[in-house]
Order: sequence, then structure tokens, then C-alpha cells
Amino acid sequence: MATDTAIDVVMPQMGVSVSEGTITKWLKNEGEEVAADESLLEISTDKVDTEVPSPGSGVLLQILVPEGETVDVGTKLAVIGPAGSAPPAPAPAEPEAEAPAPETEPAPEPAPEPEPAPQAAAPAPTAAPAAPTDGATDGKTFVSPVVARIAAEHSVDVNAVPGTGRGGRVTKKDILNFIEQGPPPAPAEPEAPAETPAPAAPAPAEAPARAPAPAAPVAAQQGETLEPMNAMRKGIAEHMRRSLDTSAHVTSAIEVDMSQVVAIRSKLKNEYQSKFGVNPTYLIFVARAATETLLEYPWINGEIRGDQIVTRNYVNLGFAVELADGKGLIVPVVKNAEGLNLLGMARAVTDVAERARNKQLLPDDVQGGTFTITNPGGYGTFHGTPVISQPQAAILGTYAVVKRPWVVQDELGEDVIAIRPIMNLTLTYDHRLVDGALAGRFLRDLREKLEAWGEDKY
Amino acid sequence: MAEKTYLQAISDGLRQEMQHDKRVFVIGEDVGVYGGAFKVTLGFQEEFGPWRVIDAPLSETAIVAGCTGAAIMGMRPVAEMQFADFISCAWDHLVTVAAKQRYRAGTPVPITVRLPSGGGFSGGPFHSQNPESSFAHIAGLKIICPATPEDAKGLLANAIQDPNPCLYFEHKHLYRRIKAEVPDERYTTPFGKARTHREGSDISVITWGAMVYTADEAASELESEGLSVEIIDLRTLVPWDKAAVLESAAKTSKVLVLHEDTRTGGFGGEIAATIAEEGFEDLDAPVKRITAPDTPVPFSPPLEKAFIPQVEDVVSGLRDLAEY
Repeated sequence: MATDTAIDVVMPQMGVSVSEGTITKWLKNEGEEVAADESLLEISTDKVDTEVPSPGSGVLLQILVPEGETVDVGTKLAVIGPAGSAPPAPAPAEPEAEAPAPETEPAPEPAPEPEPAPQAAAPAPTAAPAAPTDGATDGKTFVSPVVARIAAEHSVDVNAVPGTGRGGRVTKKDILNFIEQGPPPAPAEPEAPAETPAPAAPAPAEAPARAPAPAAPVAAQQGETLEPMNAMRKGIAEHMRRSLDTSAHVTSAIEVDMSQVVAIRSKLKNEYQSKFGVNPTYLIFVARAATETLLEYPWINGEIRGDQIVTRNYVNLGFAVELADGKGLIVPVVKNAEGLNLLGMARAVTDVAERARNKQLLPDDVQGGTFTITNPGGYGTFHGTPVISQPQAAILGTYAVVKRPWVVQDELGEDVIAIRPIMNLTLTYDHRLVDGALAGRFLRDLREKLEAWGEDKY
Repeated sequence: MAEKTYLQAISDGLRQEMQHDKRVFVIGEDVGVYGGAFKVTLGFQEEFGPWRVIDAPLSETAIVAGCTGAAIMGMRPVAEMQFADFISCAWDHLVTVAAKQRYRAGTPVPITVRLPSGGGFSGGPFHSQNPESSFAHIAGLKIICPATPEDAKGLLANAIQDPNPCLYFEHKHLYRRIKAEVPDERYTTPFGKARTHREGSDISVITWGAMVYTADEAASELESEGLSVEIIDLRTLVPWDKAAVLESAAKTSKVLVLHEDTRTGGFGGEIAATIAEEGFEDLDAPVKRITAPDTPVPFSPPLEKAFIPQVEDVVSGLRDLAEY
């Protein structure tokens, strides 16, 4: 679909909790032709790194937000015009006689964007400290490409790095050592009294400054290492804090005898793996049982929106997936989980988890969740208090299945001790909406479903 | 496994391919009764008969043209140039016919031309050249430059089995000087996969053929000074392992390209340009070349030594990069 009029490219909504994104790369230059759905730029949000397809075909007339900038969702990023149209002439800096701008039509000046979130804290790394000034051998003669790149990546001022290369040039090793060791202890400069103890009461003037304050340059102390937060880590940090500030977190736990599930799982395991290439993990059983239970407890599958309570006739299950050796987290969502049987659930969870690890999630995959399951039990933990994924009402934690001595009744009704595989489940819920009794019933029903799992149940 | 010289490895590889595939035959000047100028095919005529080990007249044109025709008819000829330098006589048949036949007519031309190349023996301008770069420029030819006995055998087998014309540059200086374990069984070494001859972290040397050993000696010398040099042996120039070179460049950020061929238009220029194009942001120093100067190969031993890159040249080049 070729465009007849100019269309705007805006920062897409990448997930319910995402309010901004960073342009990491423009894949097209101004004046270049672009086809509908062809990748136009790459963006990074706290949830996903992804490419943004062009909303139409034509010519990329104008790029309004440069690489590296972080802007709010909905911000205009670029303009695409009909094929053959020319990019707007750059506003002439000085009156140029030739400029054939018809007087009537105001030059389509790039509308001054509402200044987006303050740019990345650190000052733009001064890439190349220009030519050696008047032959002064201050040592900083030339910044090699790799040093310039590393400096930009770590927001390091090359001039601050002691150089050991020819003529005092900063070598790759110099800058890597510098980053690893942190800058040398600064000679105590009589600086602004930044160190003066803050007044006991937070200055009221600071309160409204909720926007990510441009952090003062952080200096590493002896033995410390500095590492910039990536977009995902920043997003997680913001979301965790916001969730705890929003919901009244309370956690209830229950112990579940998984004997039935363990037995059925071991029967299904080979068939699932050989026929379908998926593993029926305990998590899949819990997800299936939780989905059924959630349909009976719409508030736990609900949301507070303003002063209204939202309930649904569907369940979109989020699954917390760890990334990068535990140094990242993403929550892909399995949509309409209520329509999936055990095999369907296993396939869906395997699919999103794999795509999460391979960075192939689409924006749609991480939004629209109504309830989340997190599974820290893989490492043997038996209890936890996870943080709710906003704006949901609750999150279910599943923990290690452990064999325990368990009191059961034998066929004569006598109490006996048996060895049973026990799993703890926690429900962390927003007490604003969900009361303890409701959470208790939910957990009770969920346990009953798991303990009574029959072979006929899929 | 047995320890073999580079020359024995070539000879064994060729013999095994001939034993395995009746379409493979050898043709060249004095390859039959005499066993070849360097004795690579010694005893071959007795084993395979005069129809598979053919003594050709003194005409490289006839040899390459005959091979091209035979290959088009389904044979797998292996031609020997007595010295790589003489292949220029066969330029037209090789470049105009063999290299382009498959593109023009779809007919594979599976010929292998063995090219004893390289200097170091005061062989003078006609018996010492490394003309691989001239042919690397010709689309349709594959360029093979083994450095080790194991590669010499595996790459020769792969060249014989390849459906395209392959120029196999065997370095005369390595023939009897380099010995190493070579598997007894028949095997092939793939084209386009570089070999890390030596791992290091400070500077990469990209090279091939006899220069691998020159680089290795230089690296050993500098190791005592705390400099860690990585040596990448390309093994084949067409196709060449760009990924391995870029990976090594990204690792060390300093690259020395080393070859025995002359400088201008040498294949090192292609490597340096590729690193500049695709690995620019990984570089911490200009890519450096050490090559022979743009002159014919001199006869005089001192002059030849000045012409061919020596260990001390490589040491000083590496030092220069380290200090940059």
C-alpha cells in the first residue's frame, strides 16, 4: 500500500507497562525508499529489542528522533511521504537566496518535539579530541576506531584515560583497563559541595522530579567496577519499584501433593518428547490447573482500573523467563490459555520461552497478560514472594518438587506416614482487590485440581 | 598416523586419489619416467601405467588445454607445472577457457594444477615466484595454499574432488623442511576454513603457505617479551575465511597481513581492505602489510633475503604494531 499523503511513524506501544523506547538504529536514511512492512528502525525497550516495520511504502522524508534517544510511546519518530517526494529542505541557517520556498507554504519545519526524557545521563563521549592543537604534545593524538567505540559504549571520556601507546595514544588495552579498574581516585578537587549531607527531610522541591533524574556521574571506588544498566535492567528496576508502590502485596502459600501429576507426567513424558518434541514439565500442569481455577476466580484474573474492577472471560498467562544467566527477565504471554489442553500449553510455553531466549519475541508477545506464573523452583527454592506484574492482580509462584514424609490415610482410614512429592505454591496478590480468604480458596481449589489429576484429564 | 614431510604428504594424497578414482590422472613435464622435478610422482608410472602418468611435451599450454578438454569429457586431471612461474604460458587456457567454462556452458572443469612455488633457494626470477594473487583475481578459479603436511594432503584431495579448476600452490621451501604427523587414511580438508596456527591476544597475523612458519618464529621470539601473537593460516585464498579473520581482528584489534608475494595487487590488500570495511570499529591500529617489494625475485642470495620477508622483518613489524 503506497502512501498518498505523508504518514507518521510513531514509537509503538511495546507492552502494557512500557511507556518509552530507545532508538537503537535507523535502518533507512532520509530520502531512501521504504516498502510497507519493511524494517525501518530498531528500538529497545525494557521488554524487548525489536525492529519497527514501516507503516506504509514511500520515501523516508524525515527522521525526527536520532539514534540513542529515548522517547515516550506515541512520539513521532519519522515521516514517510509518497514515492518521489523530497525530504524537506533543511531550514537554512542563513538566508540563502536560492531557497525556492514558496512564501505561502511554511517550510515543514521539524516540529520541535516535546523534549523527550533527558538523554542518557553521561555526556556524549567526545569521540575524537580533534587535531593536535598547536603541536602541543598533550599525548592525546588520535582515537582509534575501537577505542572510540568502547568509549561510546561505556560513556567514557577518552581524555581521562592515561595512554600508553605511541605518543601517549590511548590503546584498546588502556581503555579496557580503565573501565575495569574505574577512574583513578580523583585528586580531591574543591568541587561543589556535593558531599554535604542531605537535609534530613527530603527537600520538597525534589519530590516532583520523578523523571529519571540525570544521574550524576558515578565514580567507582577502589575495587569496584562500573557497568552501565541496559534498557532491560532499567525497565525491570522501574517496573519492580512501581509495582510495589502500586499494589498491596500479600503472599499466601500452600503445599500440594504432586503424586498424581508425577505419575501422569512420567507416563506422558516419552510420548510428548518423541511425538511432539515438548516436555510436559510440572509447570505445564500447574499452568493448566491455574487457568481452570482462574476462570472460577475472575478477580484474581482481574485488574483495578481507576475505580473499576476489570474481569475477563479469558486467561492470558504470563510466564517469567530468565535471560542471560539470570541477568535479565522477560514475561512472554500465552494468549487465551483457557483454550489450551495440556499439549497445547506445553507447546505454547516452549514456544514463547524459546523465542524469549532467542530474542525473537514480538511486541504482542509481551503484552496483554492477565495473570503471571513464575517458577523459581528450578533452583530448589521452596518459597518466595514475587512481585506482581502490573496491572495484574496476582502472581503464582511454583517451587521445587521435594519428596517429604507426609501423613496420609491408608485404606482402613488410619494415619500413616508416606513419602510424597510435595510442591509449594505461593499466590502473591494485590490486597486492594483480593482478600486473604479469596486467595486461600483459590489456592485450595488449585491444589485439589492438581492432587486429583486423572489420566483422562488433558 | 605417521610423520611425513610436506612433499610425502602431497605424494601420498595424490596416490590415494588415483587409487580410489580411475578418472584421476597425472600429466606434466618429466612426471613419469623421471618421477617429477621434485620427485612427487616417483614410482607413479610403475604403479598406474603410462596412460595415467603422462610425460607431456615442454608446453604448459598443451598441458592445461589437454586437462581442460579431458575434464570436460569427465576425467579428473592433475597437472604439474614444473615451477609455478611457468603457468603464465597457459594463462589463456586457464583463465579464458577453464575458469569460465562452467559459467558459460554449465560444464564442470575439475582440473587440479599443482604449482611448486616460492623462493629461498636463489632460484631467480623464473623459479621462485608466488603468483597466487594474479589468479585469485580470476573468478572461477580456486586458490589453495597449504602450509602443513596434513593440510597438504587433505587440501589436494579436496581439490581433486572439487568440480572447479583448482590451483594448488605447494611451497618448495616446505617440501622437505616441514615434517609432521599425517593421517594414513584418505580424507579431505575443506576450502575456506582458516586454521589457527597459534593462539594469541595482542596482535593477529594473517598469512598462508611458508610465511606461517616465518610468523611463528617471530611470535616465539616475541613471546618472551610478553607479546601474545595469534597466527591465522588461511589455507585457501579463494575462497578465504573472512569470518575467521574478522573474528581474530575483533579479538586483538591489531592485524598484520603477511605474504611472500609482491605487495601491489597482492592478496594481502584484499584482506586489509575487508578488515577496514567490515571490522573498522574493531581496529586499534592501521592494518599493516609485510610483503615482498614490487620487483622480480633476485638471484643473489643477500638480495633474495632482502626480498622475501624474514623473521626479523616480522618481529620488527609486530613490535611496531604493539607499540602503536
